[in-house]
Amino acid sequence: MAYSDKVLDHFNHPRNIGVLDKNDPNVGTGVVGAPECGDVMKLQIKVDADNRIVDAKFKTFGCGSAIASSSLATEWIKGKTVDQALEIRNTDIVRELALPPVKIHCSVLAEDAIRAAIQDIKEKQTASAEAATGSLSES
Amino acid sequence: MKPFIYLDNNATTPLDPRVLEAMLPYFREKFGNAASRNHRKGWEAEKAVDLAREQVAAMLNAGAKEIIWTSGATESNNIAIKGVAEMYKDKGRHIITQATEHKAVIDPCQYLEQHGFRITVLTPDRKGRINLDELASAIAEDTILVSIMFANNEIGTIQPISEIGGLCKGKGVLFHTDATQAFGKVPIDVEAMGIDLLSCSGHKIYGPKGVGALCVRRKKPRVRCAPVLHGGGHERGMRSGTLNVPGIVGLGWASEIARREMADDAVRIARLRDRLWQGLSERNEEIFRNGCADNVLANTLNVSFAYVEGESLMMGFENIAVSSGSACTSASLEPSYVLRALGVGDELAHSSIRFSLGRFNTAEEIEQTIGQVSATVQRLREMSPLFELAREGLGLKQTQAFSR
Ligand SMILES: Cc1ncc(COP(=O)(O)O)c(C=O)c1O
Repeated sequence: MAYSDKVLDHFNHPRNIGVLDKNDPNVGTGVVGAPECGDVMKLQIKVDADNRIVDAKFKTFGCGSAIASSSLATEWIKGKTVDQALEIRNTDIVRELALPPVKIHCSVLAEDAIRAAIQDIKEKQTASAEAATGSLSES
Repeated sequence: MKPFIYLDNNATTPLDPRVLEAMLPYFREKFGNAASRNHRKGWEAEKAVDLAREQVAAMLNAGAKEIIWTSGATESNNIAIKGVAEMYKDKGRHIITQATEHKAVIDPCQYLEQHGFRITVLTPDRKGRINLDELASAIAEDTILVSIMFANNEIGTIQPISEIGGLCKGKGVLFHTDATQAFGKVPIDVEAMGIDLLSCSGHKIYGPKGVGALCVRRKKPRVRCAPVLHGGGHERGMRSGTLNVPGIVGLGWASEIARREMADDAVRIARLRDRLWQGLSERNEEIFRNGCADNVLANTLNVSFAYVEGESLMMGFENIAVSSGSACTSASLEPSYVLRALGVGDELAHSSIRFSLGRFNTAEEIEQTIGQVSATVQRLREMSPLFELAREGLGLKQTQAFSR
């Protein structure tokens, strides 16, 4: 089956490949795997004080559709707030990339990766808020 | 545009132009039905079919009367397995096969299992070869058939066919071999190897698609096979249907050419294959050859490129045609069951590429392939989270902890 032009474009010119420092308090990291086929996707976001995503990076082990889905995901979430990013649905990715039914799980993985990265940043923020209130009450 | 390089000859081969030439008259003026006994058009067709029978038989050291024409190896396997099962079911209802067979053997066996037969599926070793002692002890009182392929389509491993034939003869059990991948690539002698039934196909040997043959021995013992298709009683009653004369002529000439050129082709192709493996190993770390390096078809090289997925690799060098055992390439999202049977882990099966060379490949194409494949592997490893983890000292296994 031939790939759509958009899948080919993202595969041949992937946007935002790379890594962010996972220990940075403003960086959230999500690593998800597809139990169906063994693909693995890692997506990272960096947020500013207003919880706006200022940078996003990914690395993916998987087929061209999985790579394209994660590349597109990073492109879409950049500039959005985390709450806006959470509104992205895998079906949006399917439509944009014209993914065939057997490749829908690739888009699900990308949605999961966004969520996992956001969850990670939220956990970091809660932890640091707790640490802050903890140190306040101590003083 | 980069030139297209075809390295998927185990899937199908291009038609040899000499074969096409031989076939053309049988699409045009020599259109007769080989079963028409009363006029020239029929005789013409019958003569062509008889010559093709001689040509295929010569390749196998079989008799011309032992060749049954079919639509391909899938049908040959079905007739051999279901036909023998039907014919000998009063003698016994046990069949032995092995895990890396083509689906055209596995599925007929599974079908029989649902219809009162007992099927033993042997597991091959890491190289893809079956263990003869295991086979010997699997043969029981009620065993009627052993079906073990000559050479595997994914990894190219060649089975110890003569030994299996000898064992089966000693125990009075029929031996069928799916020789689709071996036919035309390695010498085959049904007599010396103790083969009772052998399947082959036209389109793997530079012949046309939709035509194949089943060799059914007529002596030591005389093998009988119930038909799968019932009809006009063609082909000794084993396969009814008007013969595909142009296809049969094509298979005949493809066999004849292979018989003459097989030895030279094998040497030349093995050299290209070895160069491909050498070039890839020099340029890429952590790549693994699947299957067997000694008992293997000259044309087949199956390699796992750790940390990168097979379908994305193929997409990266899209002008080179190969196959992959990756789950992503299959509708079922399962990685190759052949590699799995060898004990290759799912991750490495996911990363596997089968290169299958052929008569028309050149040294220049192999150099191109080494370069393009290596560049793609490097590019995809740069974007692989598994490669990153491995570089950080975590193994592939630990990444599972991150999975949902
Ligand atoms: C080992 C083996 N057996 C059987 C087949 C089926 O052959 P055919 O396409 O002629 O039905 C193939 C080819 O796909 C094969 O490689």
